[in-house]
Parts: sequence; structure tokens; C-alpha cells
Amino acid sequence: MHKIESKNVNFHYGQTHALKNISISIEQNTVTALIGPSGCGKSTYLRLFNRMNDLIENTRLEGQILIDGVDIYAKGVNVDNLRKNVGMVFQKPNPFPKTIFENVAYGLRVNGITDKQLIEERVITSIQQVALWDEVKDKLKKSAFELSGGQQQRLCIARALAIQPSIILMDEPTSALDPISTAKVEELVYELKDKYTIVIVTHNMQQAGRISDSTAFFYMGELIEHDNTKNIFTHPKEERTQNYITGRFG
Amino acid sequence: MSHLDIELKQLKVATIELWNLVNTQLAKGYESLISMDKEIALEIISIEKRVNAYEIKVDRDCENIFALFNPVAVDLRFVLAVLKINTNLERTGDIAEGIAKFVKHADANFDKKLLEKTRVLEMFQAAQNMMDHVLEAFEKEDTHLARKIFKEDDILDQINRGATSIIADYIRINPDSIEQALYLLSIIRKLERVGDQAKNMAEEIVFYIEAKVLKHISKLDSNI
Repeated sequence: MHKIESKNVNFHYGQTHALKNISISIEQNTVTALIGPSGCGKSTYLRLFNRMNDLIENTRLEGQILIDGVDIYAKGVNVDNLRKNVGMVFQKPNPFPKTIFENVAYGLRVNGITDKQLIEERVITSIQQVALWDEVKDKLKKSAFELSGGQQQRLCIARALAIQPSIILMDEPTSALDPISTAKVEELVYELKDKYTIVIVTHNMQQAGRISDSTAFFYMGELIEHDNTKNIFTHPKEERTQNYITGRFG
Repeated sequence: MSHLDIELKQLKVATIELWNLVNTQLAKGYESLISMDKEIALEIISIEKRVNAYEIKVDRDCENIFALFNPVAVDLRFVLAVLKINTNLERTGDIAEGIAKFVKHADANFDKKLLEKTRVLEMFQAAQNMMDHVLEAFEKEDTHLARKIFKEDDILDQINRGATSIIADYIRINPDSIEQALYLLSIIRKLERVGDQAKNMAEEIVFYIEAKVLKHISKLDSNI
């Protein structure tokens, strides 16, 4: 069974047909990169996996998205539980105006966990997982805003990990970071795939090449090609994919 | 045209210039073998320095493109192919130089009958034709033409295979001309390697245009 499976997914923003008949299967413990020009539908597609688009009015979904074999848009699905299982990291680091510790503990607290020892353990483990522990261990009670952009982004990843999801969605997680912070996040993604299934939207072709196992190229709402990343970047089957990744589009 | 396109075009131009130099070396090699003109042989040897300089330039251009442009897909395959073709061309240049050295050091003209019997001149022309055709395939990005090269190599192999017994017979009858006969056998062996280099280059052309790997298959099936 695939970890994530979308079957003939169509998505509409009002009259705009944003995603056209998208079918993709994603294996567990892999990194999948979604690439394509702005407005191609890749972020919309990513946000379907934790029903983030539910928050936008006048949208419509057809088709099925299965996670661990369960249709996440079926009646009776608990969206809160879904989002616990499918964490998300955004383009710009978005820590809460709280301490470093509380940022990571936040998800646990809103999910009703009150055991202080458990919270502390999870916070420390999560911060260690994102290789931030040595940098923040002495200032856990300081504001998260005191951290650099790269540290803030890793803190946001730690926040997502604390509630123990099995899938992490990343929407251009390094586009606002310098090369050193980018390298750290990329290294992290590479390590995290042992435990999580990761789907990442990126505009950085080299990043997609470096960190993903498979790559899906979207164009104008259509899935043009989805294949092993090595194949996409060495001999893509579709001319449109080749034109896009070699910068000859349009 | 993007910056990368300009760089790739310049790389192609430099490769073609190198190719033409090597083909000139071969053409002059043929000429020197017929006329036993040591001046032409020296000219081939002096061209070799330019070939080596070109090889280094093409290598460096490829390195720069990898480092600065991170080419992917067809662009990546093109640069990889050029990198290998560059080595093939330099080796072909070495072969031409090697033949020129035999002409330069030969004490007497090669026996015309022996040239005829071994079919070395026919072989030389076939090797030159292969190099011309593979260059044309590269220039025009024509994989159909590149694939024809494999068949052309058959004549080189055939002449090479027959050479040992012809040369051995000749030596038995003409024991005074052993050195000349051995030089000629070496030239035949070298020409056979020109054919191999041309085939390798044809494989690289198919690889970069069609993303198909023909290496080690062409011997089994030249219709792929």
C-alpha cells in the first residue's frame, strides 16, 4: 500500500480549474519534490494532503486522496487528527511569539497533552532531531524571534515533528534562507525521511535533485511527469519537463 | 538564447574545431603514407600540440559549465558526451601522430605491393570516412547517421584480421624488409583503433540526443 495516493484529483477555485485529473502514488519514507512554474498548482496540490484548502471558500474537490489507504476527504474524517498526522512547514519561518520551548510544546498542549515530563521529552527530542539542540539548549526560555531565519525554520520543523506526524509537507521551506541554512534544512530532510514521508514544493531545481527520491512536474494544473528524480534530471520523458528543467520554457 | 545556450554552442564549436584538426591529421597521415613525405609527417606531429591544447580547453570549458550552470537532462548529457568525445579525439590525434612517426623513421618507401595486399590504404580511407561521418552526425545531431558508423567499422575489422598472415607471409619471402612490414602492421592496428574511437563517439552522440546507452551493445547488434 502506498503512503499517499491521489486518484483522478480535480480541484477548482470557483470557476478556475486548478488541478486536472492528478493521480500520483507516493511511497512511505521517501521525499517527493513537486516542481513547476508559479501558478501550476503544485502548492494547491500539496495543501490537499492536510486539507488546508478547506479553509478557502468556494473551492471544490473531485477524486480521492488516500493516506494509509483511507480517503481523507470521506465523511466522518477528523481533520484535527489528519493534521496531527500530516505536519506542514511553510515558505517563511513562522514561529509563534513565544519562547523557543513553547513554540515546540504548543502543538502538544493544544492537543491536550498536560504531562510536563512528556512535553519536555518531546520538545527536546524534536529540537535534537532538527540538529538545533546545541544552538538553543541554553536559551529555551528566550523568544523564538531571537533566532536567525535558518534556526527559526528548523524550529518550525521541530514544532511539526513534536506532534509525531508520519507525513511532513514543506512548501518552499528554504526559499527565504541563506545557503548555509538551506544546506542544513536539506540535510535534515535527507535524515528525516528514515522516519517520515516528505512532500516538498520547491522552485530550486538543484534542491529537488539533491534531496528527493521522486519528482513530479506540474504545468497549468496538469501533472506532466512523475518519475524517479534521477530520470527526471537526466532523461525526462516529456519534452515539456525537459524544457522546464533546462530553463527553456515559454 | 540563454547564457547556458551560448556556452553550449561555444563548446560545440570548440569540439568541432578540435575534430577538424584531428581529421586533418588523419588526412595528412594518408598522404604521407602514399608519398612517404617526411615533411608531411612532421606537420602531423606539430599539429598534435594544438590538438593537446584544444583538449585541455574543451575539458576546462566542460568543467566550467558543470560548476556554473548545473546542466540537467539533454544539456547534461551533451556536456558529458563532449567530455568523452574530447578524450576520443585526443587519442585519435595520438594515433595519427604515431603513424606519422613510422613514416618519419622509415628508411625506405613502403613496398607498394605490400600496401596493396594488406589493403592499408583502403583501411585508412575507411577510417577517415568514419571520422568524417561521425563529425557530420555530431554537427547535425543526426543519430541515424551516427548509427551507420557501426557498420562502417566492419571493413576495418576485416582488414585488421587479415593483416597478420599477410605480413607474416611477406616477412618469410622478404626477410630484409622485416622492419617495414612490422611498421605497416602497427599502422593497421592503429587504424583499427581509429575505428573504435569513432564508434565510441557515435555512441556518445546517440546517448546525448536520445538518452540511450549503446555501449557494449553495438558489437552484438548494430541495428539498435
